[in-house]
Amino acid sequence: MSPHLTVWKWGPHMLVSILHRITGGALTIVGLALLTWWLMAIAEGGEAYADFNAAARHPLGLVVLVGLTWAFFQHLLSGIRHLAMDSGSAFELQTNKRFAILTLVGSLILTLLVWVPVLGDVK
Amino acid sequence: MSVGDSATPLGKVRGLGSAGEGGEHWLAERVTSAALLLLGTWLIASLLFLPSLDQRTLAEWLAAPSGAVPMTLFVITSFVHGLAGMKVVVDDYVHDEGNRFALNTLLLFVAVGGASLALFALARIAFGGAA
Repeated sequence: MSPHLTVWKWGPHMLVSILHRITGGALTIVGLALLTWWLMAIAEGGEAYADFNAAARHPLGLVVLVGLTWAFFQHLLSGIRHLAMDSGSAFELQTNKRFAILTLVGSLILTLLVWVPVLGDVK
Repeated sequence: MSVGDSATPLGKVRGLGSAGEGGEHWLAERVTSAALLLLGTWLIASLLFLPSLDQRTLAEWLAAPSGAVPMTLFVITSFVHGLAGMKVVVDDYVHDEGNRFALNTLLLFVAVGGASLALFALARIAFGGAA
């Protein structure tokens, strides 16, 4: 572990970097478990699907689903940023910072675009 | 380090990462990410444009090739990508070699088990008749 980890000024690129791991972990553990449950419930039908549906429409379930949607878009946009950086570009300080902020703004906007119409319909 | 003098830059660093290997793993993570960019966008767009999210509509959607094939690809690719990502996190943060091997093996079992459950569910939807 580098001793220099503690001397950096906190910035958006650092937030986006650790968010990439946190959202990736959440999508894998929570997201894939829910995906599997959902597909099994659709295959089973009847009460199994009713149980899933009730959980998904519960306020806590909605928080999890909206959170996973945000995690998906944050991880996706941050992943695109990583692919650009893998190619050797976007390492200039200002570009890098701007790109990091864009992923944060973009994931919020995309999450709202998905959920505002859905939640409008549910009510 | 006499060997280092004649070694290529790649040869000098090969095997020094926290996992001890991993060029193919690194590339696989990126290739699956590109696939998931397409498949994930497909999944969210499909859910938004389906007329309803009741069980019958979803089962019909996933029984047809246009739903079954991309969803099968999404399940396989997302489990592969998720497992690859979790391995990076474990390799970075778990320093004891025995614990690291145990945790990576556990993750592998959970991922293969979960993906199998999801794929079996998809097979039931597609081939199991009216659910």
